[in-house]
Amino acid sequence: MGLSVEELIEIAKHACSLAKKAGAECEAQVQAGSELSTKVRVGETELLQEASSKALGLRVFRDRRAALTYTSDFTPAALERFVRDSVDLCRLSEPDELNRLPDPELLAREFPSLDLWDDASLKTTAGEALDLCKRGEAAARAASPKVTNSEGATYSRGAGASAMASTDGFEGGSRGTYQSLVVEPICDDVGGKKRNGYWWTGHRFVSGLDTPESVGAEAARRTLAKLGAEKIETGELPIVFDPDAGKAIVRLLIGVISGGAIYRKSSYLLDREGTEVASSLVTIVDDPLIPRAPGSRPYDGDGLASRKNSLVENGVLKTYLLDVYAARKLGRQSNGCAGRSVGGSPHVTTSNLIMQTGTSDPKAIIKDVKRGLYVTEMMGFGFNGVTGDFSRGAGGFLIENGELTMPVTEITISANLDEILKRIDAVGTDLDMRSSTACPTFRVSRMMVAGK
Amino acid sequence: MSASSSELRAPFADGGPIEIDAQLARKLLEIALDKGGDYADLYFEYRAGADYFWEDEKVKSVGRGITLGLGVRVLKGDATGYAYCEELTVEAMAEAARTAAQIAATGKAVAPVDVNLLKMPSFYPVKVPSIESGPDEKLELLRRGDQAARAYDKRVIKVTASFAEEIKEILIITSDGKMARDRQPLLRFGVSAIAEENGKRQGGSGGGGGRYGMEYFLTHTPEEHGREAARVAVAMLDAVEAPAGSMEVVLAPGDSGILLHEAVGHGLEADFNRKETSNYSGQIGKRVASELVTVIDDGTISETRGAINTDDEGNVGRENVLIKDGILVDYLHDHLSAQHFKRAPSGNGRRQSFRCNPLPRMTNTLMGKGTSDPQEIIGSVKRGVYAKRFSGGQVNISNGDFVFSLTESYLIEDGKLTAPLKGVNLIGNGPDVLTKVTMVGSDFQLSDGIWTCGKDGQSVPVGVGTPTVKIAAITVGGTKA
Repeated sequence: MGLSVEELIEIAKHACSLAKKAGAECEAQVQAGSELSTKVRVGETELLQEASSKALGLRVFRDRRAALTYTSDFTPAALERFVRDSVDLCRLSEPDELNRLPDPELLAREFPSLDLWDDASLKTTAGEALDLCKRGEAAARAASPKVTNSEGATYSRGAGASAMASTDGFEGGSRGTYQSLVVEPICDDVGGKKRNGYWWTGHRFVSGLDTPESVGAEAARRTLAKLGAEKIETGELPIVFDPDAGKAIVRLLIGVISGGAIYRKSSYLLDREGTEVASSLVTIVDDPLIPRAPGSRPYDGDGLASRKNSLVENGVLKTYLLDVYAARKLGRQSNGCAGRSVGGSPHVTTSNLIMQTGTSDPKAIIKDVKRGLYVTEMMGFGFNGVTGDFSRGAGGFLIENGELTMPVTEITISANLDEILKRIDAVGTDLDMRSSTACPTFRVSRMMVAGK
Repeated sequence: MSASSSELRAPFADGGPIEIDAQLARKLLEIALDKGGDYADLYFEYRAGADYFWEDEKVKSVGRGITLGLGVRVLKGDATGYAYCEELTVEAMAEAARTAAQIAATGKAVAPVDVNLLKMPSFYPVKVPSIESGPDEKLELLRRGDQAARAYDKRVIKVTASFAEEIKEILIITSDGKMARDRQPLLRFGVSAIAEENGKRQGGSGGGGGRYGMEYFLTHTPEEHGREAARVAVAMLDAVEAPAGSMEVVLAPGDSGILLHEAVGHGLEADFNRKETSNYSGQIGKRVASELVTVIDDGTISETRGAINTDDEGNVGRENVLIKDGILVDYLHDHLSAQHFKRAPSGNGRRQSFRCNPLPRMTNTLMGKGTSDPQEIIGSVKRGVYAKRFSGGQVNISNGDFVFSLTESYLIEDGKLTAPLKGVNLIGNGPDVLTKVTMVGSDFQLSDGIWTCGKDGQSVPVGVGTPTVKIAAITVGGTKA
């Protein structure tokens, strides 16, 4: 990987000192990392990719004018010119009173240890990664003769470090690893159609991964279950979301409670803080401090200390997600929700966004439904945050008298997000923490299903 | 990073500080093939980008960035080895070549063939890429777009505008003797507006661009895009619940091509067909659509967002007929799939950047025009939906199910457009929907340059285009039974 966190901090500090000499306030963010990606399809190696990369991004302010720049050239002469040009670029933007660094007293000085780096991660060789892919795919193909083809099995690993420094004295850095294995079998269905499906495991620690055999077997089970899928009649039905599909609903909240959407008046949740925005069964937190979790971070994109925020508590919206800029715009204090990509402004991103578990057994949530839909996947982008209108393609299973019966495809589910969240009438005890958005199984009492 | 033109040139260009000559390229390809690979290529990329963001009636921020790198690919049968580096030193480039070479564990090294520089077409003869012209007029464009949106209607309460531009310079050298250089300019201008009335709010957007210089704005003014954003936001204030269920849908000309892109385009990308994972696998020569349907992928349309002089594997951009009068004629190929099907590449091997291996991708995907009068098409519908603007779509390659999201649509009642409808998705099955195309208009339009296509985590700029099209039945995902 080359560069350590300490070295990255030094590069960031150096860039800041150059900017300061040029008369600017500056935040420098540096990243360096490596990736490995291997793919096996129908037993043969299909892809082996290995590389490392690095980048430096600056946000500079001069006379309240802002510029954002990035480069991958760290050589001393190039760096010097890059900083000078970045500061010079400020003259093109117009002064904005809010264009200044976060107030120094808000900056994090101490950082929690979050256990995000696994030494074992980089020890997995390309050959071993290919072997994991082969085992995962073989397990899926062996599950049934109906598994006739495969989109393959992919093992990916990212290992990287990042650091940030500012002319106001912030300096911080962290490093992390993450690896995943996904298996995607294909089955032939009637009428020449094919059915694909997938299952995956992912964790910051190698020891947190499920075995390739269990991933392959589950991928096959999920794909085989889709054979014979059909459209159903148009009409209103109760909808049960499995945790994999449901997290897409939870993620919709980010866009409509982020500070930017509020001051731009582009959210249906404008002026709704402190009011009921979901059923009382719904509690949602954003928690960057969970050890080993995929979305954890020791400090936010503005350099503020990471903190756990309760966003929705028993259905009541407790707070918007704020970064420093949005907070100033709204006349408040940031709650540490800024993310940051190299070369970009800080902007609201969640860390580990979690809909808390409820009290219902996931099986019982289905059992209680006379006729409904169990949604396991969604497709498309149909969400208007300004109004909350939601409409998306979906697939899953028909629920009849408490049992999953026919697989369902080529339908849409629609309702306004405000209604969807308020109609949640059961929340499961299961929680899937593989990705940085997590939720249990939950049920929405009714949504419009469009099909036949 | 200052705006003078001489500095925005790739260092690997002829006469540049890190000039890549045939001898060095040969040496790198030899290393790449040393372990027994069948084929290798080098992809040098330099990209300079800039963006400007306008909010609260002022230029909020400006951004600049440069990326530079080399991607090395080695093929052994259907397997790909890939590595890249961001420093063009001989050591770093050789290391990338050695890493990519690993894919072939055994085999006899083949020698690269001497390279010939490809004779390049010129589908975007831009004299001065926008990024090389001064910033002041760009700031003025943002101001004009903002003012036009605000002036359109007093219900418009918030406006943002953006301008993004880049110049991308590539050099491709392959072990089978191809060498291609291209400079690809690209710009995109956009305005977003929020309208408010009686506590109800709606958003709208307008925008466009392509492989143009600043002359784009002579024919597509910022006022046009600003007014369009405001028009949509205001029109949607009165939107009513969309119907749910299967019904007739009329697609407006232009952006509706996104339906083609999702419903058939992806399924015809030959990597899926090489692997027999697409529902169009083995269907060449068969009827896959109504006889009214002709689908073309065309990377040669001058100055369009999807145009390419060369693809990212050194093959000249081409016009490819995919479906002719309803019969499937061809797939879209990259080097790997063309080799598999033992045919010439179709000029569709594209990649997001030097960090990614090429895949078969679309360029501009179009439906040929028909003979029906667009007004008659709308007039023929008793009750249905008129689809005008879209935010995007997605397809499941293996079973052909696709969705696309409407952001501006209208109810059709007794042959007339009536109420605007709230945002809604259409869902269908590609092979099924294409057989249900019952009328095709004489009014072909190309989308303005706004679309980006994602596949396997890689984004590339594309275009779409259609005439007015009637589909006899497709599921409309509204909320009203």
